[in-house]
Amino acid sequence: MSITKKEVEHLANLARLTLSDDEKARLTREMSNIIDFAQKLDETDYDSVKPTMHANAKTNVFREDEIKPSFKASEILQNAPQQDEGCFVVPRTVE
Amino acid sequence: MSELIFKTAHELADLLEKKEISSEELTNAQFERIEKTEKYIDAYISLNKEGALNKAREIDRKRAEGQKLSHLAGIPAAIKDNICTKGITTTCASKMLYNFVPPYNASVMDRLSDTPILGKANMDEFAMGSSTETSYFKKTKNPFDTGRIPGGSSGGSGAAVSASEAIFALGSDTGGSIRQPASLCGVVGFKPTYGLVSRYGLVAFASSLDQIGPFTKDIHDCALVLNEICGHDEHDSTSLDIPTADFTKALTGDVKGMKIGVPKEYIGEGVSDEVREKVLEAAREFEKMGAEVDECSLSMMPYSLAAYYLISSAEASSNLARYDGIRYGFRADGCTDVDEVFFKTRSEGFGDEVKRRIMLGTFVLSSGYYDAYYKKAQKVRTLIREDFNKTFEKYDVLLAPTSPCTAWKFGEKSADPLEMYAADICTVSINIAGLPAASMPFGVDKGGLPIGVQLIGKPLGDADIIRAGYALEVHAPKISPEIGGAR
Repeated sequence: MSITKKEVEHLANLARLTLSDDEKARLTREMSNIIDFAQKLDETDYDSVKPTMHANAKTNVFREDEIKPSFKASEILQNAPQQDEGCFVVPRTVE
Repeated sequence: MSELIFKTAHELADLLEKKEISSEELTNAQFERIEKTEKYIDAYISLNKEGALNKAREIDRKRAEGQKLSHLAGIPAAIKDNICTKGITTTCASKMLYNFVPPYNASVMDRLSDTPILGKANMDEFAMGSSTETSYFKKTKNPFDTGRIPGGSSGGSGAAVSASEAIFALGSDTGGSIRQPASLCGVVGFKPTYGLVSRYGLVAFASSLDQIGPFTKDIHDCALVLNEICGHDEHDSTSLDIPTADFTKALTGDVKGMKIGVPKEYIGEGVSDEVREKVLEAAREFEKMGAEVDECSLSMMPYSLAAYYLISSAEASSNLARYDGIRYGFRADGCTDVDEVFFKTRSEGFGDEVKRRIMLGTFVLSSGYYDAYYKKAQKVRTLIREDFNKTFEKYDVLLAPTSPCTAWKFGEKSADPLEMYAADICTVSINIAGLPAASMPFGVDKGGLPIGVQLIGKPLGDADIIRAGYALEVHAPKISPEIGGAR
């Protein structure tokens, strides 16, 4: 199968990416090639097989719920692009 | 210049312990070397001279006071720039994290707290690539031929050790990102069993595949670094809670009776004649040393690359959703609403290869395609694991090429993503199955470029690889690059 430019635009929106027309054209072509390549998996006898999500499938690794020191807010905010009074600053979100 | 930098970690550890040299002297020599050769190699994104020298002096003082130190204490190393180092910028070679200073250490860095950190090594952006060409900052050159790529994604780590710009290095391996640059740069690279080394503080690419591991000058050093970095960590729920082994016990040189399989699919089509010949030569050396060597078959190998790119891209698209320009890293200028912050930051902050993988991952996880691509790939993952399990009923270690070819020229595989992805054909299945594997140098091609052979172990068979590699190393020609007309 091949992927269309319209699908590329839909996926870009899901992934929160703005693509130029050039990028859209290139990704449409490249992704189609990669997806065609992935059709190779159809040659395998996969139908009745259980999927593997993880190499060492551990579930529910529990630990005691203990109170421990965590980061200071000031340490975390050091990397913020914009901050004020202990908060991350973003453009206005509600009218 | 001091000859110290050409020594191995185990030689230096002895000299340090006997107080014949100091860590400060060694670390200074290492920076002198970097000053001289880095202009040809570009292995580092950032250097940490003051921090490294402070650490070296601290170790020297502790040693003088007779305090207990780790075996590798005071031996300086390069760290891939996707491993968080407290107070030292960690960029992932991306504009997205160009200014990110981690407020915490990755668990491996806490384990290596006696190590002077020389600097942060270059890599493909977010570890996505096989040549280190997708780095936002610079192109690292192969020390054996500066017109060629060092491999990737841990190209800076591989080149640094190869060019004697670090005694050892850490990298990360999601589909071959330690083993392939190790092979192309003529050094040892080891990807441990999944879960053996904590991933806490490793910037996530594909969490079910990522694993941290060492680049070293020889197998002995590899065992020593593994001894330091392996072990359970409560901060990583996938970390294995098992007793840690002493890998130096596997340095016996004895492979008598060891069963070694050479999977025929790995030396077939797509692998260069010279690489194939080296693998067969290594097989003959094992046989001469008394190992039982046989051809075997891993029939699922031809499907691993497609499964790998679907699974790893799916996980990447999910992991990289966190980069939104709000809490850390790059934020695009001039945005008037939050959605614009997300879109503009991500579009300007990520490079082409990262965008391609996010898009592919979003596609395979999206409604209507999930079963046909993502789930199918996960089922094939089961088949690949079963294929290995069956083979390891008969063999202790498998012998294969690491890379189907030696280092290529800059730009040679950049036009077509599928051509670049094919460079990982011999390595990705190991990550899919969670197995340990190493690449070790085994001679050069007719152009003088290093060829690596890959040793693959069963789950938690990491020590088997060390044992086989240590024995084979004796029969591998010693190779070292010439940089700027000198050693």
